[in-house]
Amino acid sequence: MLDIRNLHARIGDKEIIKGLNLTVPAGEVHAIMGPNGSGKSTLSYVLSGKEDYEVTAGSVMFDGRDLLALTASERAAAGVFLAFQYPVEVPGVANMTFLRAALNAQRRTRGEAEISTPDFLRLIKEKAPPLGISQEMLRRGVNVGFSGGEKKRNEVLQMALLEPKLCILDEADSGLDIDALKVVSEGVNALRSPERSMLVITHYQRLLDHIVPDVIHVMHQGRIVRTGGKELALELEETGYAAYGADAA
Amino acid sequence: MTTEPQADPRPVRTAAEQAFAAMLAAAPADGSSRIGALRRDAAAAFLRNGLPHRRVEAWHYTDLRALLRAAPPRAPGDAAPAEAIAFPRAARVTLTDGTVGPLPADLPPGVSLLSLADAIAADHPLLDRLGAEAPDRYDAALALNTALLGSGVVLHVAAGVTVERPIQVAQVVTGGTSVFTRLLVVVEEGASLSLIESFEGPAGVPYLDDAVADVFAGDGAVLDHVRVQAEGAAATHLGTLGIELGRAARYDLFVLTLGAALSRLTVRGRFGGPGSHMGVRGASLLAGRCHADVTLFVDHAVGGCDSRELFKTVLADAARGVFQGKILVRPDAQKTDGRMMSQALLLSGDAEMDNKPELEIFADDVQCGHGATVGALDGKMLFYLMSRGLPQREAEMVLIQAFVGEAVEHVADPAVREVLVARMAAWLAARG
Ligand SMILES: Nc1ncnc2c1ncn2[C@@H]1O[C@H](COP(=O)(O)OP(=O)(O)OP(=O)(O)O)[C@@H](O)[C@H]1O
Ligand SMILES: [Mg+2]
Repeated sequence: MLDIRNLHARIGDKEIIKGLNLTVPAGEVHAIMGPNGSGKSTLSYVLSGKEDYEVTAGSVMFDGRDLLALTASERAAAGVFLAFQYPVEVPGVANMTFLRAALNAQRRTRGEAEISTPDFLRLIKEKAPPLGISQEMLRRGVNVGFSGGEKKRNEVLQMALLEPKLCILDEADSGLDIDALKVVSEGVNALRSPERSMLVITHYQRLLDHIVPDVIHVMHQGRIVRTGGKELALELEETGYAAYGADAA
Repeated sequence: MTTEPQADPRPVRTAAEQAFAAMLAAAPADGSSRIGALRRDAAAAFLRNGLPHRRVEAWHYTDLRALLRAAPPRAPGDAAPAEAIAFPRAARVTLTDGTVGPLPADLPPGVSLLSLADAIAADHPLLDRLGAEAPDRYDAALALNTALLGSGVVLHVAAGVTVERPIQVAQVVTGGTSVFTRLLVVVEEGASLSLIESFEGPAGVPYLDDAVADVFAGDGAVLDHVRVQAEGAAATHLGTLGIELGRAARYDLFVLTLGAALSRLTVRGRFGGPGSHMGVRGASLLAGRCHADVTLFVDHAVGGCDSRELFKTVLADAARGVFQGKILVRPDAQKTDGRMMSQALLLSGDAEMDNKPELEIFADDVQCGHGATVGALDGKMLFYLMSRGLPQREAEMVLIQAFVGEAVEHVADPAVREVLVARMAAWLAARG
């Protein structure tokens, strides 16, 4: 599904991703853990096509396509979805209008017909309540005045509507209370399927108790420095990242 | 804002000024009537000052003397009616090259609409409303319009009458001429009206549209006013709007500026009685090399009134926008509440916006504020939308519509709002 080889990316003069290799087969959930500033969010932005970052070397193949050749919106239509660490507020654009515009834009890019109003409303009615997204939140501007937890739930709603092939979750658990963590995790787990891969960025074992990964990677200074099973999270919780300090500089 | 009398040794010198002077000379003199005197005084004001230039404060950013290279000849005044922008349900009168077309026949009782020429011929008492301010303080746009007064419409709504359908005064220019039109609107005590003005013309033809509206809303009157300037891309539009409110009146203006190579709209609003509200809002969408100036002057002459001014300017290519706004709170105007904001969105590095909001406050118990911002589209928002599948152009359009939406949402009539939104969407699509 996703195959990243020797990826180097920088912003301005600063290289942040420094020769990263990562493969996520279809249907698998991979977690990325790593200290602050190791480049996890940067990787998620580079994969979803944010233009501030310049890829200087390496390749990213996604679903058989050269991902780096696509614009951000083309990547979305191809099936890449990033649940933001800090979802952006977009005043003046009603959440509902935005969800529909996004769905239809992706369909148009893929050469599919737009969704009809009744079908869209049915879809919203099915997906929003389990995530605790009210009608009022659908009418409001995108993420405007949403609490931290509401923003995260809104990200999962978008994911559920857009049905991407690759879900990148950047700290989906940050700022969530215990109940919201459950709601978000259940929302994510409901999307697990043999055709869909997930890249779950987190600092805490707690999230991985709910969204159980197949593989855990440790990222440090722009590289994957270790890969292991889900027991790796427990080990990191014990030891921290001190062990990676020396060899990664 | 008025032009301070200038001691200019040679006020009429450019080709445009000479052409205007010739128009004034050719206009028929009218002996002793009040309108005749008004025309004469206005002509004298123009001949004394010529076109305003950058040393005239109110025109500092729009140097009309330098920008207006020529003045096309006056329209002959016998044009056949042309098609105009349609608004659902609106009763419409169309002025084609200044020629007043058929008046709507089915106006409700209490509403009278007549051509200015007929009003002048009948020495209609409503015309006493014109020229309240001494013509020697007129700027060129108002002076020329008044000196050449003759073409236009007078609209009167009797006390207590609620006009259900919007009334549209549509202006269409069809060729390379200069057109001077006047609209006089009087909404009497307790009456309510939704008024639409529209201005349009051919794309490739330089023409001049000098349009003045004098609006009076009496005690307790409610007036919603929409003004759509969709002139041709080579046109010059000089608009002047005077608003006078009684007590406990509600007046809301929305101005959409889409066209013209050069445009200036001067809005002068005055509170004549306490408890009134004035909303002056607008959106300007400017592309190419067009220059659009919106200048507001809100006079809180009495206390206990609130005014809200909100202007959104979107600038593409090498367009230039100007916003000047002044809220004046006179010494006895206590409990005044005035808020003015101008926000500009630059879509290109070559575009330019000049913002000059001002407060002049002489009372102490007031709440007033103003602000101005100029910025580009937010990169974070743009990426967020694109990451959800919206192609860049579409994402930009969504953000631009949200930006201007904050002003448009104040247009009360949803059907009118829809026409405005569609017009803006068409502008954005054409930019594509
Ligand atoms: N626009 C930028 N300009 C300069 N440096 C940047 C920019 N964006 C990110 N960086 C730097 O890149 C490094 C990686 O940042 P990134 O946000 O990817 O880390 P992270 O692993 O997601 O950290 P955290 O766990 O705190 O979220 C940091 O040192 C950060 O300061
Ligand atoms: Mg991060």
